[in-house]
Amino acid sequence: MSLEFLVASGIGVLTSAGIYLLLRPRTFDVVLGLAFLSYAINLFLFSMGGLELGRPPFFDAGAPGYTDPVPQSLVLTAIVISFAMTALLLVLSLRTYLEAGTDHVDGEADPKKRAP
Amino acid sequence: MTHWLIAPIVLPALTATVILLFLRGRRLRLARYVSLGASAAWVALGATLVARASTGAIETYALGNWPAPFGIVLVLDRLSAVMVLLAAVLGLAVSLYAAASDLDRKGWHFHSLFHLQIVGLNGAFLTGDLFNLFVFFEMLLIASYGLMLHGQGPARLKAGVQYVVVNLAGSTLFLVAVGILYGVTGTLNMADMAMKVAAAPAGDEALIHAGGLLLITVFALKAALFPLHLWLPRTYAGTSAPVAALFVIMTKVGAYAIVRVTTLVFGASAGEAAWAPAAWLLPAALVTLVLGFVGVLSARSLRDLAAFGVVGSMGTLLAAVSVFQPEAITAALYYTLHATLAGAALFLTADLVGRRRGDHGDALTPGPRFPQVEVLSVLYFLAAIAVVGLPPLSGFLGKLFILDAVRPSAHGAWIWGFILGTTVVSLVGFARAGSTLFWESAEGPHASHCKVPVHPELTLGITAALLVGLGGLTVMAGPVTAYLGAASAQLFDTKAYLGAVLGAR
Repeated sequence: MSLEFLVASGIGVLTSAGIYLLLRPRTFDVVLGLAFLSYAINLFLFSMGGLELGRPPFFDAGAPGYTDPVPQSLVLTAIVISFAMTALLLVLSLRTYLEAGTDHVDGEADPKKRAP
Repeated sequence: MTHWLIAPIVLPALTATVILLFLRGRRLRLARYVSLGASAAWVALGATLVARASTGAIETYALGNWPAPFGIVLVLDRLSAVMVLLAAVLGLAVSLYAAASDLDRKGWHFHSLFHLQIVGLNGAFLTGDLFNLFVFFEMLLIASYGLMLHGQGPARLKAGVQYVVVNLAGSTLFLVAVGILYGVTGTLNMADMAMKVAAAPAGDEALIHAGGLLLITVFALKAALFPLHLWLPRTYAGTSAPVAALFVIMTKVGAYAIVRVTTLVFGASAGEAAWAPAAWLLPAALVTLVLGFVGVLSARSLRDLAAFGVVGSMGTLLAAVSVFQPEAITAALYYTLHATLAGAALFLTADLVGRRRGDHGDALTPGPRFPQVEVLSVLYFLAAIAVVGLPPLSGFLGKLFILDAVRPSAHGAWIWGFILGTTVVSLVGFARAGSTLFWESAEGPHASHCKVPVHPELTLGITAALLVGLGGLTVMAGPVTAYLGAASAQLFDTKAYLGAVLGAR
């Protein structure tokens, strides 16, 4: 099994898990879904520079080539942003749950478990 | 290389930091003066940039002095300059209104967040790098999350969660699109990407096509284009009115990005991907147009009405953009200037009315008569005329320009029919709302506990000033359209842009 197949299928599984969770009705699932999606995207961006084995990150006269450093810096930026946004969304959904009394994304109360 | 281009990004960022660090808590009064002074300075800065850009030269600024395809460049042309000025003018009105109506007292850090939002907007307008565009989009979104939730309350929080989730999903798609385009072209600089796309081998064209359409999808989400408009009415109606007035320009950022990226990267030279978004843009814009202005009929509050008005105006704007002809882009740009100020004026009017009607708020229900009803009805009347697009205000001229510009297009008849039809529908909606609010009000005691702003004259004056601005846009339509015509000609002259960014090669 090639490295490309492994990475591509990994991205696929993460993305599908993320999309499934994103479409769930409760905020916690949605937050997890977005986290999965951001992992998938990080891997995707990373692999966009081409998958190279045993190459230096920058130029090395002795090596036959080098890996593309730009996707790595893009991933770094994306990680920072998605980490901060996940934290913000967690706090926001917790606050919404406490103030609105429901953790449904559309803000409607759960009909089965209506508060007494 | 002058440093004017970096000023609209660095100076607001510094202002936000200074206010955040040194002017917190009880120093709100001082923070207001600093913030308002800075907002006025951004207008001057925007005017300077427009003056520089109006010579026709495209200025670039290489960050860290790294030359173009390797480092990030900021690019100033006529279009980005006028968008920076528009954001500054709207920002000045909104920050004045927020201070005059004590909105900034309802929570923390309003002024810092406001200036961070300006950083994001200016950066998105000025950058010439696709990934940098993503970063500035994130920046303006992060500031907008804070502003949207400013003042809190359960309804606002519920709308806030949806807004944040939708935009995070959008950011994810943005990264996928950027990743695909980088993987194929090996560059993130938009000018360099335009050259690589033009020279792409046949095998790569499908990927470029897919990446380009994904990118336009993300911009369409920001621009509230059907079927990605669902987040907008609830967000804009859920947040405070001055913030909603500021958010009116965020949809225009999406439209700006569509225009910029399509004309530059996916323009005539892009091979199979040439004008790829246009085929999707037109039907989506027409449906948006109908949904927005039919939504006006179903609105239950004045802010709902204004929000659907924004959706409808985005439909009008993008229908004109989707033709991708210089004249149509000129008309769309004129309509952008108009729709931003008109939408903001309508949101501020909704706030003025809502504060005076006590428990009724801005809901479209007959309520007791409220103070200053005469002045407010005039303001509402003018704002409604502007949004619907009736003479004599600039909305009429904007729609006229658009109708005239799309006449030669193959789908011109469709655009004519939809724009004229929805104008009638929205006219009915606005007339109905106005008569409910201002005529069907019962005689009797004034609303018991209406929250008239601290400075009623000032808040009325700011809203009136926006409408006067629209009047100015109407009177100055000649010079303004001459400038915008030159701006759209510059958009289609990609050689000049490539030459300015990449140097003569």
